[in-house]
Amino acid sequence: MSAELKVGDPIPELRVTPDKYLPHRYAGASGDFNPIHIDREFAKSVGLPDTILHGLYMMGLVARANAAGVADGDPRALKRLSVQFRGMGAPETEIVVTGTVKSVDGDRVVVDTVAAQGENQTIRNAEAELEI
Amino acid sequence: MGIKTDAVGKEWPATTYEVGKEKIGEYARVIGIDNPVHFDREAARAAGFRDVVAPPMFVVVYASPAIGPALFDDEVAMNFAAMVHGSQEFEWDEPAVVGDEITTTAKCREIFEKDGKGFYVFETNSVNQNGDQVVRGTWTNIVRGV
Repeated sequence: MSAELKVGDPIPELRVTPDKYLPHRYAGASGDFNPIHIDREFAKSVGLPDTILHGLYMMGLVARANAAGVADGDPRALKRLSVQFRGMGAPETEIVVTGTVKSVDGDRVVVDTVAAQGENQTIRNAEAELEI
Repeated sequence: MGIKTDAVGKEWPATTYEVGKEKIGEYARVIGIDNPVHFDREAARAAGFRDVVAPPMFVVVYASPAIGPALFDDEVAMNFAAMVHGSQEFEWDEPAVVGDEITTTAKCREIFEKDGKGFYVFETNSVNQNGDQVVRGTWTNIVRGV
């Protein structure tokens, strides 16, 4: 696929709507039981509007979108992923992960990626480097 | 303003995590990854992996026991009520597969103040039982109003 990719190409978009209980399942899967993700009363007590998604869950979606979009899902392909967490992610709201090829050097492809819920960019300046 | 920087350079005890097949499957399902190399031994081996392979971001599972004590360390003294996970980077080498024993060490790389915020930067390094490099992580937490 690398031969076909060129700078400026979009990678296939990933759309996921995490359900209300997704943060509980992610907490179990990851071991991160920070109550801001799973306890509404606690989240509100620390000034959040409601429970929020784990940033690393959204980073997991960014990794999934890049592996799927660039390397047919091959888990060996992703060599580096760097993200900045900015907006807070909310359950029960669609997440759209988009990416654009930033550079191609031989078998190394770098993709700029964003994860957003509407206008709220929860992850931005994400850079994925893949070897394909 | 005095942000505590005593913990810069501090390292925490290594932790070792044995990778299990069902835990990989649980993680992959939550993220919505359906590649059979994450669930099926034959598919994984046919694709050239030593065994059922973890998705790259499964690093959060086996590195957490190492980074956790660093985040909660009294010498680091982060104010959790005002903390957000600011940024994260991973660099992967050898994939993690079922049966691997992955040893992770955590270190505090930097603590600094910028624009009234405290930046706490930690690094983790994970290697497998063969001494192969698995993944390096850089974890940056930001605390408002330090």
